[in-house]
Amino acid sequence: MKKNWKYSLCWLVLLIAGFYLINTLIMFGVIDDFIENMLVTIGINIILATGLNLIIGFSGQFSLGHAGFMAIGAYTTAVITQHITSELGFILSVLVGMVLASVIAAVIGTATFTRLKGDYLAIATLGAAEIIRNVINNLKITGGSAGMFNIPQLCSWPTVYLLVCLTTIVLTNFIRSLDGRAIKAVREDELAAEAMGINTTKWKLAAFVIGGATAAIAGSLSASYVQTISPSNFGIMESISILVIVVLGGVGSMTGTILAAIVLGVLDTILQNFGALRMVIYAIVLIVMMIFKPSGLLGNWEFSLKNIGHFGRQERG
Amino acid sequence: MQTILQQIINALSLGSIYALLALGYSMVYGIIKLINFAHGDIYMLGAFFAYFAINAWHFNFLLALLSAMVISAISGVVIEYLAYRPLRKSPRIAVLITAIGVSFLLENGMSYFVGSNARSFPQVIEQVNYEFAGVQISNIQLLILATALTLMVLLQMIIKKTKMGRAMRAVSVDPEAAELVGVNVNHTISFTFALGSALAGAAGVLIGMYYNQIDPLMGMTPGIKAFVAAVLGGIGSVPGAALGGFLIGTLETFFQSIGLSAYKDAVVYLTLIVILLFLPAGIFGKNTKEKV
Repeated sequence: MKKNWKYSLCWLVLLIAGFYLINTLIMFGVIDDFIENMLVTIGINIILATGLNLIIGFSGQFSLGHAGFMAIGAYTTAVITQHITSELGFILSVLVGMVLASVIAAVIGTATFTRLKGDYLAIATLGAAEIIRNVINNLKITGGSAGMFNIPQLCSWPTVYLLVCLTTIVLTNFIRSLDGRAIKAVREDELAAEAMGINTTKWKLAAFVIGGATAAIAGSLSASYVQTISPSNFGIMESISILVIVVLGGVGSMTGTILAAIVLGVLDTILQNFGALRMVIYAIVLIVMMIFKPSGLLGNWEFSLKNIGHFGRQERG
Repeated sequence: MQTILQQIINALSLGSIYALLALGYSMVYGIIKLINFAHGDIYMLGAFFAYFAINAWHFNFLLALLSAMVISAISGVVIEYLAYRPLRKSPRIAVLITAIGVSFLLENGMSYFVGSNARSFPQVIEQVNYEFAGVQISNIQLLILATALTLMVLLQMIIKKTKMGRAMRAVSVDPEAAELVGVNVNHTISFTFALGSALAGAAGVLIGMYYNQIDPLMGMTPGIKAFVAAVLGGIGSVPGAALGGFLIGTLETFFQSIGLSAYKDAVVYLTLIVILLFLPAGIFGKNTKEKV
């Protein structure tokens, strides 16, 4: 415990340094609105993808419905902040969104996780997300298929930065905790884990609910920052693009997920100049990457300050 | 009564198109356990090839259908060879991401070359409406049904009666054991892709005639729904995929006709989840027990 305290302090210093670095660069005009927008998008993608990686990479459950939970967060924020236009309203809306997403994730999870696995689970979660989207598409309060406009912008890049740090810290610590080990045990071998007395359904569900709640945070941030949302933003393609980040970074590596979110975010910004060819190039990069390095950028390697301290020694767990 | 009959006819023609698509998904999943996300885009390719063939070379319906099936089959085999074969030994999620990449590539490549606007499909056959006891059937609906049923029967014959069909069934049960008894697994997988893609191409031409409209992104939603149909029917089973396709077509038409068309997608997915919860392997699927 005492040893970890030193590393936690190091991380805190690094995170604060990162904040001031971005702040200074913005002050000197190195980061303009365009790049700031890119950074915020990357941040939101990091929250989404680390949450999905907890479900896919660590509990081994294949979910294709992440965009559904993002939609819940986004719409909760949009509806609440239109009535309470203040920072407090935004914080409230994030919390309500998380609770809503958790409840819905728990309902979907209880129904599907007990009976389905693998591709069947993927297609069921995809279906569940499409049902959420279809319902949003037909409600009055959400503005139907036209979506919602003029959502008050109550979050800026520091909010996103803070929440990226918070969710990453919570998720990585969760994975390394005793509970996290239970989740990894379920991934490695469900039957063996069950034989060891682990309630597999409970932990699969826990990962799914936590993942859903983080997706809701990302949705809230994106709705408040971009200020317009519509149901078509949260379709299958959105779920898939989050999945792509996770797989490209390496299923089972949070560091890889963060790296992939940054690489894809930058690639996307550079490719903006190519117009219609953009998605073609993106697709080719994706296919070539998977053929030559199917385990993703980092496999299941994790960056940790501790490993730099004792170079070469493998961290357990 | 008349409206019900009318809706049944509409449901059958839409359902048969879903069924054709679902068959390809089902076969490919049965043999290499891959949700081939690019399957819906092969259906788009088939529709676009027929569009150009009819407009530029004045092909008739049969020629357009057959040539679109051949082109789709070739593209399916090429995609399998270039993108999926190098990943035979990789984790399944990597293959899935590759399939998504291929799907992006086909959609956006097509948008890049022909533009992303919707085009109207040439009317290769003059539409004639027949009326039986107040129920309208167009010759196009009859043609769609007849084509789909013929192709399904042909497929069933290929799978059950030919040597290649037997090889397909063998590989889907156990690829390694099949290889041991002299089945060329790679050829069999290529053949499966060719068959599935040809059916998708045919479905593309038929949907072009049914809705009179095609665009580069047309494969995405029907693609997912066709996979849902395949899962519903029990993946790997030909009658199952056909039944699943008809079921989805019926559900959609029914909810459209009672004025709930806004919720038709939700109903399709809800049915899927409910059926999976009670029959995790689909309606005609075999339940496999996990080995300890």
